[in-house]
Amino acid sequence: MNHSPSTSKNNYKQIAQKKDPKRPLVKNCIRAFLIGGAICTIGQCISFFYMYFFNFTEQTVGNPTTATLIFLTMLLTGFGFYDDIAQFAGAGTAVPVTGFGNAVISAAIEHRSEGFVQGVGGNMFKLAGSVILFGVFSAFVLALIKTILLELGVI
Amino acid sequence: MVFLWSFLVGGLICVIGQLLLDVFKLNPGQTLSILVVSGAILNSFGLYERLIDFAGAGATVPITSFGNSLVQGAMHEAEKHGLIGVVTGMFEVTSSGISAAIIFGMIGAIFFKPKG
Repeated sequence: MNHSPSTSKNNYKQIAQKKDPKRPLVKNCIRAFLIGGAICTIGQCISFFYMYFFNFTEQTVGNPTTATLIFLTMLLTGFGFYDDIAQFAGAGTAVPVTGFGNAVISAAIEHRSEGFVQGVGGNMFKLAGSVILFGVFSAFVLALIKTILLELGVI
Repeated sequence: MVFLWSFLVGGLICVIGQLLLDVFKLNPGQTLSILVVSGAILNSFGLYERLIDFAGAGATVPITSFGNSLVQGAMHEAEKHGLIGVVTGMFEVTSSGISAAIIFGMIGAIFFKPKG
């Protein structure tokens, strides 16, 4: 039994691939479509509420809608319902902003036992950090290029 | 009518996410990062605003709109202050998502106990 580390690693990969259950692609996509669409429709209802009762336009109403959805996510996450929905919906709950909220809030609640500074503060963005990092950095590069092109008068 | 479009467009963006997860075997972090970057790219070609006009919350609720509003804020400030505005204006439009996540994350940590 003298496996070199690389062969056993390759074996492991092969075995893991074989044992990996086939993911029911169509079923997953339909579920993601239905739940994701439903969350966006709920968002649309909240948007109408803010446009009707406060001074928001179609372009600016995304902000209060996002905040409200994240508030609802906090309640669902805190009472433990969010995981059940996420289990069913896959990307349907991960892609809307509720997924971002859930990543932050569940990390905050989970690490609370380690204290508020080390635990909550240190782990809050453990999962959601990559979204912020790549969002901000790509936005920086794109806006920089666009600004330079605009100032040079190319576009 | 906008309800129908928000349902369809929002659902389709989620299906794209599901395909990235299942077909390309990416993990959720990579999937969401790709979607955010696509939102930023769509905005810099001026396409995302049109999608919002058309689909409302179907375009503002998925995480792609985070990338969109980051570029929007940066460009808005860049028009006034030039290159430095790209850095200072970044979070101008999209502060609500992150601040809401932080605030409600803290409130959640105070009031809820971890399960299991």
